[in-house]
Amino acid sequence: MTQTPITTPPPPEDATERLENAIELKEVEGLSQGQIVFRRFVRHKGAMTAAAVLLLVILLATTSIGIGPIDGWWQFDHIRTHPTAIPGGRPTLQVGLDGITIGAHPFGQDDIGRDLFARVMFGTQRSLLVMVLIGVLATTIGITFGALSGFFRGRVDTFLMRLTDMVITIPIIVVGAVLGKAFGGGNAVLLGLALGLVTWTTMSRLVRGDFLSLREREFVDAARVAGASNGRIMFKHMLPNAIGVIIVNTTLLMASAIILETSLSYLGFGVSAPDISLGQLINDYQSAFATRPWLFWWPGLFIIIIALCVNFIGDGLRDAFDPRQRKIPSKRKMRQG
Amino acid sequence: MTTETTAPATEPILAVDNLGVDFWVDGEWYPAAVDVSYEVRPGEVLAIVGESGSGKTQSSMSLIGLLPANGRATGSAKLAGRELIGLSHSRLRHVRGNDVAVIFQEPMTALNPVYTVGFQIIETLRTHREIGPKQARERAIELLTMVEIPNPELSVDKYPHQLSGGQRQRAMIAQALALDPKLLIADEPTTALDVTVQAEILKLMRDLRHRIDSGIVLITHDMGVVADLADRILVMKDGRIVERGTADDIFNRPQHAYTQQLLSAVPHLGSQSFSQDTVVGTARVTERARPAAHGSAEGGADVFVAKDLVIEYPKRGRIPAFRAVDGIDLTIGQGEVVGLVGESGSGKTTVGRAAVGLLPVVGGSLTIGGHEMRGIGSKELRQVRDHVSIVFQDPGSSLNPRLPIGESIGEPLFLHKIAKGAELDRRVESLLDQVHLARGMRNRYPHELSGGQRQRVGIARALALSPKLLVADEPTSALDVSVQARVLELFQELQREYGFACLFISHDLAVVEILSERIAVMHKGKLVEQGPREQILRSPEQDYTRRLLSAVPVPNPAEQRKRREMRDRLLEEAAARTGMRKTVVSVDEIEAAGGGIQTRSDTNP
Repeated sequence: MTQTPITTPPPPEDATERLENAIELKEVEGLSQGQIVFRRFVRHKGAMTAAAVLLLVILLATTSIGIGPIDGWWQFDHIRTHPTAIPGGRPTLQVGLDGITIGAHPFGQDDIGRDLFARVMFGTQRSLLVMVLIGVLATTIGITFGALSGFFRGRVDTFLMRLTDMVITIPIIVVGAVLGKAFGGGNAVLLGLALGLVTWTTMSRLVRGDFLSLREREFVDAARVAGASNGRIMFKHMLPNAIGVIIVNTTLLMASAIILETSLSYLGFGVSAPDISLGQLINDYQSAFATRPWLFWWPGLFIIIIALCVNFIGDGLRDAFDPRQRKIPSKRKMRQG
Repeated sequence: MTTETTAPATEPILAVDNLGVDFWVDGEWYPAAVDVSYEVRPGEVLAIVGESGSGKTQSSMSLIGLLPANGRATGSAKLAGRELIGLSHSRLRHVRGNDVAVIFQEPMTALNPVYTVGFQIIETLRTHREIGPKQARERAIELLTMVEIPNPELSVDKYPHQLSGGQRQRAMIAQALALDPKLLIADEPTTALDVTVQAEILKLMRDLRHRIDSGIVLITHDMGVVADLADRILVMKDGRIVERGTADDIFNRPQHAYTQQLLSAVPHLGSQSFSQDTVVGTARVTERARPAAHGSAEGGADVFVAKDLVIEYPKRGRIPAFRAVDGIDLTIGQGEVVGLVGESGSGKTTVGRAAVGLLPVVGGSLTIGGHEMRGIGSKELRQVRDHVSIVFQDPGSSLNPRLPIGESIGEPLFLHKIAKGAELDRRVESLLDQVHLARGMRNRYPHELSGGQRQRVGIARALALSPKLLVADEPTSALDVSVQARVLELFQELQREYGFACLFISHDLAVVEILSERIAVMHKGKLVEQGPREQILRSPEQDYTRRLLSAVPVPNPAEQRKRREMRDRLLEEAAARTGMRKTVVSVDEIEAAGGGIQTRSDTNP
């Protein structure tokens, strides 16, 4: 090692060198890649609103009736029956000139007097749980399969991709129904895990594509020459560069997961009584649509809110990760400057 | 320079007055170009020279309204008396293509890959003129003939990927000329091309300026490119014009310090003194110690020994295996710098990648530091990589965008378990010092650095393990000329200090001349010629080497003219020998006649 550290300061011409792409760099000065993405995400108004609404829904669903053994602040639960507050069990929630009155049963009661608010909150919890389970499991499997086949190519790739093809060819609703019936038995956790096992295909395809192009990049060669092992190249060098695709696809996957869960439960193959989910509530009350339509609307509203929010967040993330997406300043603002 | 004398008589086509370009970033206007004024007359070539970020491209693009959405142009630019700044989009669209045409830097990306070349020219014609498809096609063929594309009747139906890089650029020029524009903007038209192809395109442009009556604005960072082509030159720095004048004035009597710096930054052949008593000579003690003859069997002392080396890209599906390197013999001794020169697709990069074990050796033998690379196991390869490293061509893609540069530099040290924690930090800092980067930069990300700084990081990473052999794969070809000069200087300094052997790969003979003691010339996978620097540069034996030498532009109009004439003579001789028509002047054609087909894309080395 003949290293003799020179401690001369950088030559003065370095200053001119820095100016080379100075204007483009103004926007990203001193920020890491992650911080730049976060900045762009925060600027996306739709996504920020969606994130706020989703957070609100989660807070409402968890604090009101509590989680598991922990009690919430809401007085009723989703099982017990109560005498009807308003004839017909109509919602007591009223928005009038004299402000908002919540009443005893804001979302109304069903035909045997159960509190619909508590039931919707419980259903929301269940649906969100299934959504997260599907998201986590499908993402993990998808990344692993996609990364392996994209990195190693050849036989590994052929095997994993044919496996993917096989899963893709079977309609997901059929697989979901069979798995849900076989393992779920009405249990939300098992249903989520079962569905996660069949929804990873898109993710693995996308990650594979990204890895195929990333492995041709020179920094991967550089890491290899530096002596990095395959595992290190995959996880330290390539995976962080594919994170954009992964995060965006995860959110889209979750949005479709909640729809899948509700449709399965609606068909009677997913979560079934006594367990509750939003889809199962709609299924339960479909006969009452003519007489007590609110039993239908409230769970429906929550399904829409959740699916929309997750989709919007995914949209915002996609824009944030796309380097070509630049905020174009408005004409008016530019004129002021 | 006949136009110079007639110029004052004619009205300017383009009169730019007090033009400014600003960009709106984070609530503030940042100027990219300030107070730019110039005139262009018919048949005149005005060169705008400056580094990246000097505003030369943006100020020209603002003329035809092609600024990014957050940009604005102020001042005035009159095209044949008509104001361009502030013109509405629909009016500007009429101006573009019709009155003003642009030749872009990268013909592969500027041409649409899913349409034929002919279709794209016809499209330009038919959007602006009332012309039938048949006539348009005839005109397209006529244009392709004008830009000297071989077999224009056939080429008109070819897709961009079926043409070589030089031909693509010719097609771009044909498209730009389609409507006889009054003004032609050539934005770095040769930067993405090989030196030899660059010479071809420059020759074409020189011929064209006499045939068409357009004014040409040539934007470039390379003083060598403009030497023989420009009538007048503007030098821009940081958005301002620092010097203007005729080509003769700028090259022979540069006033501004920056112009002088730009001129001196262009490496030109013959700039190195070959005598041993110069600074360069004394710095290379090893040079005298080594015999000049190549292929001498010295056993363990040589760090790189290739004998009849064959490297192939394996076949993929129906595409057969491609032999990129076909039986070369090359030896690099300890501490010796060998330049490997050739055009894109000649296989020079392949040799470099095989030396660090990124490509398998198919035939012959390649010994790196005593390890045979043919059929090497992963364990032994790890040992080899203790002593070899590589600097890649494009510093933008060879650094992981998600890692701070300090981590990138320290990775080899960390992976070879040489240093950890605080010791690793110390080593990274000393490496940063050595490549003249501030220590504080270690936490920055690659996108925050300029091209030159990134390449310094790449060099620091390659030096981390104090390698015995460093493969430098065109380390400066993606950089501006002035930045290149600084990186080369740094490279020399480090080589002196570390004493590593180096395989320096480049397409630019002038760059190789500065660094190498010996030069090897590759052409189509074969070693055409090798020998000591003096011999290759002063008295090359092979035609190909001579052609390569004559293609290097020199920042001096008079000398460049001499070189160009010499080159034309060489080509004619070669054409005569291969039994072709006298009119054939392109290297492409001679090579096609010689039986070789370009299998790899020119722009993808």
